Amino acid sequence: MNLRNEMRLEFLSRSQNEAFARVAVAAFAAQLDPTLEEIADIKTAVSEAVTNAIIHGYDNPNEYVQLITQIYDDCVVIEVIDHGKGIEDIELARQPLYTSKPELERSGMGFTVMETFMDEVEVNSAPGQGTKVRMVKYIRNDTAETERDE
Amino acid sequence: MLTGNERKKDILIVRLEGELDHHHAEEIRKSLDELLEDSSIRHLILDLRNLNFMDSSGIGVFIGRYKTISKRGGQVCITNVNPQLARILDVSGLYRILKVYNTVEQAVDGIRGEAV
Ligand SMILES: Nc1ncnc2c1ncn2[C@@H]1O[C@H](COP(=O)(O)OP(=O)(O)O)[C@@H](O)[C@H]1O
Ligand SMILES: [Mg+2]
Repeated sequence: MNLRNEMRLEFLSRSQNEAFARVAVAAFAAQLDPTLEEIADIKTAVSEAVTNAIIHGYDNPNEYVQLITQIYDDCVVIEVIDHGKGIEDIELARQPLYTSKPELERSGMGFTVMETFMDEVEVNSAPGQGTKVRMVKYIRNDTAETERDE
Repeated sequence: MLTGNERKKDILIVRLEGELDHHHAEEIRKSLDELLEDSSIRHLILDLRNLNFMDSSGIGVFIGRYKTISKRGGQVCITNVNPQLARILDVSGLYRILKVYNTVEQAVDGIRGEAV
């Protein structure tokens, strides 16, 4: 895999940064010439992961969420990292409709949305240490096609 | 954000604008619940024409209002669903509980048709 470009961002765990994060990744990923649908998928998945870091990872707005985006010839790799609470049971957390915060009217569909909209979703987490969500989206444009054929 | 609310007898029509993520969900939820305090409202039409973005936070908002409306024996309809919204709604299974119409007029007719 040939790393074409990479960006790293860090921002406070405040909800107004959810929009900033998804727009920033979408703008950066535009280098791969994705379709509108691919861009919408990426924005939605980033929004889910960043929101989770802010509301589940941290319980206060003064911690940092880290966002790394790498561009390869045929895909975008996104990592959303928090150093917050962590997840006890990752398998349970990833199940559709599971939420630990039903009182906030969370739907428990965040991970399901990430899995549906992205090609790969990997979750690493440990209680008390934090969570890293790594997502991959393949961009099926013509340039990528040609280079993959080589 | 809510814009341009309209009443047609027992139907409340609400237009959602902008982005429905976790950051905006609280405000939208509050505004909707204030409107729904009026117990003469039986049906809710959410027009999504100008909603540019939604993630799973929006699913929670829709399900919560659906619960209120279904207790009144009413329906929640959504209209003007763009492709990004359609995919979120599809994944979430919301299509099973919400009725989808192309336009607000069709939603009103749909509700009237069933109410007879
Ligand atoms: N970054 C995180 N830190 C701690 N817990 C998390 C994190 N992300 C997800 N979780 C846990 O996984 C559950 C499911 O997440 P998700 O599918 O996005 O649903 P929701 O956000 O609606 O609760 C959350 O309710 C929470 O318990
Ligand atoms: Mg979530």
